[in-house]
Amino acid sequence: MAHVNYFLTEEQQMIVDLARQIAVEKIIPVRAQLDENEEFPWDIMKDMAQADLFGLYIPEEYGGFAKGCFENCLALEQLAYGCIAVTTTFAASALGGYPILLFGSDEQKARYLPDIAAGKRLVAFGLTEANAGSDAAGIQTTAVEDGDHWVLNGTKQWITSGGEAEIYTIVAMTNKNKGARGATSFIVEKGDPGFSFGKKERKMGLNASSTRELVFNECRIPKDRILGRKGQGFIMAMRTLDIARPGIGAIAVGLAQAALDEAVKYARQRIQFGQPIISFQALQHMLADMATKIEASRALVYSIARTIDEGTKDTAKISAMAKLFATDMAMQVTTDAVQILGGYGYMKSYPVEKMMRDAKILQIYEGTNQILRNVIGQALNKEYAKK
Amino acid sequence: MNIVVCIKQVPDAKTVRFDTEKGTLVREGVEAVINPFDFHALEAGFQLKDTYGGEITVLSMGPPQAENALKEALSLGADKGILLSDRAFAGADTLATTYTLAKAIEKLGPVDLVLCGKQAIDGDTAQVGPGLAVRLGIPYVTCVNALSVLDDGKTMHLRRINEDGYDMLELEMPALLTVLASLNTPRLPSLKGKMRARKAEIPVWDARELGAKPGMIGLEGSATQVVSTSVPTFEARREMLEGSSEEQVEALVSRFKEAGIL
Repeated sequence: MAHVNYFLTEEQQMIVDLARQIAVEKIIPVRAQLDENEEFPWDIMKDMAQADLFGLYIPEEYGGFAKGCFENCLALEQLAYGCIAVTTTFAASALGGYPILLFGSDEQKARYLPDIAAGKRLVAFGLTEANAGSDAAGIQTTAVEDGDHWVLNGTKQWITSGGEAEIYTIVAMTNKNKGARGATSFIVEKGDPGFSFGKKERKMGLNASSTRELVFNECRIPKDRILGRKGQGFIMAMRTLDIARPGIGAIAVGLAQAALDEAVKYARQRIQFGQPIISFQALQHMLADMATKIEASRALVYSIARTIDEGTKDTAKISAMAKLFATDMAMQVTTDAVQILGGYGYMKSYPVEKMMRDAKILQIYEGTNQILRNVIGQALNKEYAKK
Repeated sequence: MNIVVCIKQVPDAKTVRFDTEKGTLVREGVEAVINPFDFHALEAGFQLKDTYGGEITVLSMGPPQAENALKEALSLGADKGILLSDRAFAGADTLATTYTLAKAIEKLGPVDLVLCGKQAIDGDTAQVGPGLAVRLGIPYVTCVNALSVLDDGKTMHLRRINEDGYDMLELEMPALLTVLASLNTPRLPSLKGKMRARKAEIPVWDARELGAKPGMIGLEGSATQVVSTSVPTFEARREMLEGSSEEQVEALVSRFKEAGIL
């Protein structure tokens, strides 16, 4: 049976094969246990580092492979086939690393990127606060200049890999009167004075990823930790998210594919009324819709990622589309997979209940799907105003 | 530390099928993979290299497609791979194979350590490692599941698993080890390794290149003659034993005796 040909280069296929091997050999055998124990996947992070995956998007001069958004998506999709909590931990390091890559000084890049590329140090991205989620301009963490230092005060919330990562790129207000234009990005390191971690959150799913508060209490960091210039923090965060969002779409595709595989496998072997349940049209139609939507999402994510890699400007709209469509799809496909497995699907002894619990976060993090619709809607309004 | 790892390409045990009429393996459509034990020999080499430096050369005797096994070894971290391939090598038993491998290792020059998997899962003889050591005139230890190198960089402490337990042994290099799966957990390939392996040229050494004597290689150099092969058939029968526990045990023991098991 023919598969859609996405015309991958030999190198891209290598990335797919390697990420798939990690998913099958290292992630799938332990995913249920990691989920149950809410355990951070350090061993798998080490495997990924040894396999060079942390360096995919980082320039060769810093020990990476200088690959683009597309190759990152290819890796994320395959890893997500294993477990999206593990994959989120991996992806979060890129989310935290991109601001340094995009806006860091040469000195900052030389200092941080080689360790990030080698997977020696994990990175986390700190934007969200209790009162600043979708409305990122509501950030209350402040950064004040004091001689050769910046002094940070405030609390970041729900930060992926909080406590485990060693490098944090965070956004704080340097001028509250300017709203979003008063936000600035900084690099904070684990161990900086006045920097600590709050409680580890307990979640509905995504349990193998660590989600914690970052607490800044008179936290003093050297002057040279500022990323870019004062007031660029919000733009920086948006640019970072524009590059990262197709990756969340790719994670959704990998997760949905895993759920479909489980559903078809089960439907072929489960006998009811004397025949495999896949012979019933009601189920065939569900599976057909799942498979078609997955392929449509994959095609969308791939083509948008490739467009971004061409250096296209103003990608906020298409980037949002890649995440929006694929993650809504993944929620539906994983829910349907549970339905197809019926009572077994609801049990922890089968993997689809975890997939469904995990899928929900995809519609929420890195921009809720409602905010993404705003982004797309506002872009349409702008586009048509010019016509 | 100069290390040679010998690997063999075998049919993938997950997909292998038999032709019951001809009594042979069906090779068409069956993926060829690196013999599972050999991954552990490779990993042992990588770990020694990580600590002591040096070079890892991987050898494989086989048909041209065995190049893929060598490339996979390169993607895992081996420095170079050499394929020993010649129509004249065909039909080799372990006697001819060890001769061919020994010629290649002699050609490579001084070697500190030769590593092999305990056995290949197709032939299951476990003879190539020991045979090769004898040909090379170096000591060997089989079935190793723990090893460490002492400070002198030459002496190894080894744990060899035997049927009753294990032996703790000391061995001085140059030497040959065959290793068990419990020795280590093989690493994954890296992206850098895969890229390097894709571009790598695998030299092919034939009989002439090795200076191998014609009577010593391939079918002619083999002491083993395969007279016939057959696929074992398994007959499943079920019999319910009746009576008290004692009677059932007695009946079971007599069945075992009839079957020659006891």
